[in-house]
Amino acid sequence: MFRRSIQAERLQLWRGERLVLAGIDLEVGAGEMLQVTGANGSGKTSLLRTLCGLVQLEDGRVLWAGRNVYEDLQAFHSQMAYLGHEPPLKADLTARENLQYWVGIRRPLGTADITAALERVGAGAWGDQPVRTLSAGQKRRVALAGVILFAAPLWLLDEPATHLDAEGQRLVGTLIDEQLSSGGVVIVAVHQDLPVRSTEPRRLELSAA
Amino acid sequence: MQPLAFFAIVTTLFPLSISPELARLREIASGVLWVAALLAALLALEFLFRDDAHDGTLEQYALSGQSLTWLVFAKTTAHWLLTGVPLALMAPLAGMSLGVPYAALPGIIVPIALGTLVLSLIGAIGAALTLGVRRSGVLLTLLTLPLAMPVLIFGAQATDLAIRGASFAAPLYLLSALAVLGVTLAPLAASAAVRISLE
Repeated sequence: MFRRSIQAERLQLWRGERLVLAGIDLEVGAGEMLQVTGANGSGKTSLLRTLCGLVQLEDGRVLWAGRNVYEDLQAFHSQMAYLGHEPPLKADLTARENLQYWVGIRRPLGTADITAALERVGAGAWGDQPVRTLSAGQKRRVALAGVILFAAPLWLLDEPATHLDAEGQRLVGTLIDEQLSSGGVVIVAVHQDLPVRSTEPRRLELSAA
Repeated sequence: MQPLAFFAIVTTLFPLSISPELARLREIASGVLWVAALLAALLALEFLFRDDAHDGTLEQYALSGQSLTWLVFAKTTAHWLLTGVPLALMAPLAGMSLGVPYAALPGIIVPIALGTLVLSLIGAIGAALTLGVRRSGVLLTLLTLPLAMPVLIFGAQATDLAIRGASFAAPLYLLSALAVLGVTLAPLAASAAVRISLE
């Protein structure tokens, strides 16, 4: 039976001599959102990257839809969208071209889809300029457009609202609302609450070990 | 373009420093061309993954749900087309300044084109492993040089035979075997190395 949920059991992660994650357990199901908070250096980014399957764990496992993600990383990744601290954009390409390659590698994409996504994040006017001419907030919006276009059930977002103005923060909240209402799973690492209206997010506080 | 400039400079300096006598230059032409090409190719390896690692796109490739092996193979091939092929096309010019006869020019272009392909493929492994390391140039060279030795030996032999007017088929076949080995195995190793570097 297909269950859209991500589970983590007893995650333990070392970085050199530092114990970054010490026995984390979590479970987030369809339509649920988890907010991970914690001081700088408490391991929020490491937790998200571990849930992506990017990092080898010392102990514990990550399950998606009941299956260990390491059994079939490619299948898991095709269901997942991860956004790190920096928007993953190539500086010399335009926003549109970036989306064409970044999302196009995963699924077929038409020009109309890209235009619609750019409009959605407010990038319609400057979508055809090279990314190096854009501000940090604008790059963040293009990155969000990419996440929309992925159409993935699982979102792992690392501080998605940084550099965004008030309207941008509301946009992030709305996008997460839409994702949740379509049965998606959202995990975000944040320093302050996001304006999400549809649900009360579950919380996980990480403390520096 | 830096590797090409490096290659041009090195090969130009040899006639100036050794002797303008073409007969003497012809003796060492193969060695000079190949050492310069090898070093230029090693220089070029540093930027295979560097930009993608810095702007976060490499991480997204690893998370794309597509085979990272094929993506690395595509990147390596593009890298070869941008660095190895121009090197192979420029080498005849350098060769002529070293006294290489016209008839031997195919014996320069083809082995260098093949050799730089192998270097790009094998070098991708080292380039991926040294991604997080600062000033990785020396470490990258140390990692790749032992694996690059066969390329240097067979390639220089091929070019030398061509300069002497003999058939260079034998070392060319061996270079081709190395290329086949590289094409089939190197992207697998390089993509594993990329995942390690992304941890």
